Amino acid sequence: MNSVSATTERRARSLAGPRSHVEEDGPVLSVHELKKYFRLSSGLFGAARGYVQAVDQVSFSVSKGETLGVVGESGCGKSTIARLLIRLIKPDQGRMFLDGQDVDAPNSISVRELRHQVQMVFQDSYASLNPRHTAAEEVSFGLSAQGVARSEARRRANEVLDFVGLEPGVFADRYPHELSGGQRQRVNIARALAINPRVLILDEAVSSLDKSVEAQVLNLLIDIKKRLGLTYVFISHDLNVVQFVSDRVLVMYLGKVVEIGPVEKVYRSAGHPYTRALIASRLSMDPRRRIAAPPVAGDLPSPINPPSGCRFRTRCPIAEPVCGTKEPLLAAVGDDPLHVAACHALAPRSGHSLAPQPVSRTASPSGA
Amino acid sequence: MSSSTANSSQPLIEISRRPGRIQLTYWQGVRRRLSRDPISMGCAGILVLMVAAAIFAPWVAPMDPYKTSILQRLQPIGTAGHLLGTDELGRDMLSRLIYGGRVSLLMGILPIAIATLIGSAIGIVAGFFGGKTNMVVMRITDVFFAFPSVLLAVGLAGALGPGLVNGLVCLAVVFTRAIIRVAESATTQIRNQDFVEAARATGASASRIIAGHVLTNVSSLILTYASSLIGVSIVLASGLSFLGLGIAPPIADWGLMLNTLRQSIFIAPVNAVLPGVMILIASVCFNLLSDGLRTAMEVKP
Repeated sequence: MNSVSATTERRARSLAGPRSHVEEDGPVLSVHELKKYFRLSSGLFGAARGYVQAVDQVSFSVSKGETLGVVGESGCGKSTIARLLIRLIKPDQGRMFLDGQDVDAPNSISVRELRHQVQMVFQDSYASLNPRHTAAEEVSFGLSAQGVARSEARRRANEVLDFVGLEPGVFADRYPHELSGGQRQRVNIARALAINPRVLILDEAVSSLDKSVEAQVLNLLIDIKKRLGLTYVFISHDLNVVQFVSDRVLVMYLGKVVEIGPVEKVYRSAGHPYTRALIASRLSMDPRRRIAAPPVAGDLPSPINPPSGCRFRTRCPIAEPVCGTKEPLLAAVGDDPLHVAACHALAPRSGHSLAPQPVSRTASPSGA
Repeated sequence: MSSSTANSSQPLIEISRRPGRIQLTYWQGVRRRLSRDPISMGCAGILVLMVAAAIFAPWVAPMDPYKTSILQRLQPIGTAGHLLGTDELGRDMLSRLIYGGRVSLLMGILPIAIATLIGSAIGIVAGFFGGKTNMVVMRITDVFFAFPSVLLAVGLAGALGPGLVNGLVCLAVVFTRAIIRVAESATTQIRNQDFVEAARATGASASRIIAGHVLTNVSSLILTYASSLIGVSIVLASGLSFLGLGIAPPIADWGLMLNTLRQSIFIAPVNAVLPGVMILIASVCFNLLSDGLRTAMEVKP
């Protein structure tokens, strides 16, 4: 009991006083060839009808103190990534490292410890709160679950609620239906922060809020990140929001990573045709720059039976025969080694007509 | 009401939300809402009277319920000394109805209480863990569901033999299967909600999530359903007694009284109907009370 209260004491202090400096060293969280296929079963004995290839061979890492934005169409595996990162679902294959330590491996970090370090904010602010719990009960639940005494957990809950801008005297005893969307999402954020995590996974955390509230909550998230020195994995389909909050962006298509890079590079000179289409699909505030034609035609192919080779080739404007036979690997876009995209048109000697010649300068398919 | 629409950080009502003031807990709120419903309170009053009369029967009943009199058989209501008349053996009806409540109410409430405890435990576990656990439990429950409830009760009672305890056991079995169903389906719905995922993400164990998140959301459904079954249980228990599978005469029991007075229905119809009226009042009261309880348990304003 003593050690537990000591930990909470430390947590409380760390919350009250901001961690002033954030060391920018190795990745705090990284995944290596993560794979998750969901089984489609049918019939009496649940024979497999096929597999939804939700996340396939995904590797990336998040450095301490950075915000990694994850974008992609609905159904591309963004939320599956989020749930894999906090182990709400178990990956079929692949490894995950927290501070370089293997998660859920023998003699390493357990899932329980992982959840002390990594927390998640869900998209649906209403569904992710128990209708029978008050704000303070909801926030303190996780702490009590970790063995913190009830009164201490309650005190801590009030503190965190105050931290996210909800006056405890007013809001602590309110039920979810007595709160607005933005307030509910603040409670959700408070619940995640109460555990005192270092990494926060935000799965469409602001997508269901209306625009003015969205801006408030976004600013709150940015403020929290600065004050607590957190690392964010920010999942969203809203490209503007991702551009606003992220340091680096990861673009997903049908369970695969198609492009990763620093946010300004990806938005300015995207390497992958899919990323270019996504960025072109953003609506402009200027009526003269109105978009009439959709930048990507058609629907997302079925993740049960994805196209061979490059999964984007069925909708790609520059698809060639090689795209159907060979799966593209991540290749550097331009001269920044941190900016990579999985497209044959970028990889030297891939067989694609737009591929850069090994010696000469790039044929720059990203010039669009 | 205005508190629910106050979206700004500035509360509209300052008085009720002052720091330090503890708001009503969920169950306090339920009790308060229930106490403001006249129908529920009326039914609760009648039921309290019935239960109290049954418990204190030796002091409340005007006469010995087992004392027979050949001369005073089937006296009509209002006969001197017998307020509600007498039965076919000359026993005082009022006293027998009061004593009869002991067995009948016990048979109504106790099997449901047992079925609720066992049924919700099994149903919640099956619903929460899902998968194979769920399949095994629910298929076994389905086997019991293959029989109509009256047939199952009669069959079990026939196999176990007559008697109070056997009657209780077979009624409990009949109602457990129904409670398992309700608990399982309610839990399955809750299990996939985001807040359960969120609780798992904070590192809470399964038992803690069941206690903290599942029970709070499922208990009102189960309790409402269970309280609506009490009336059914009284009727079913009376039916068992009526068939001679529950309590053996001469013990007073509403169902049994209905059975024995059946032969006198053309001579003294009012007397013959009285035990049925008691069953009717008790089961209607329990049903109305459970309706009120369901309304009071709705959280949303």
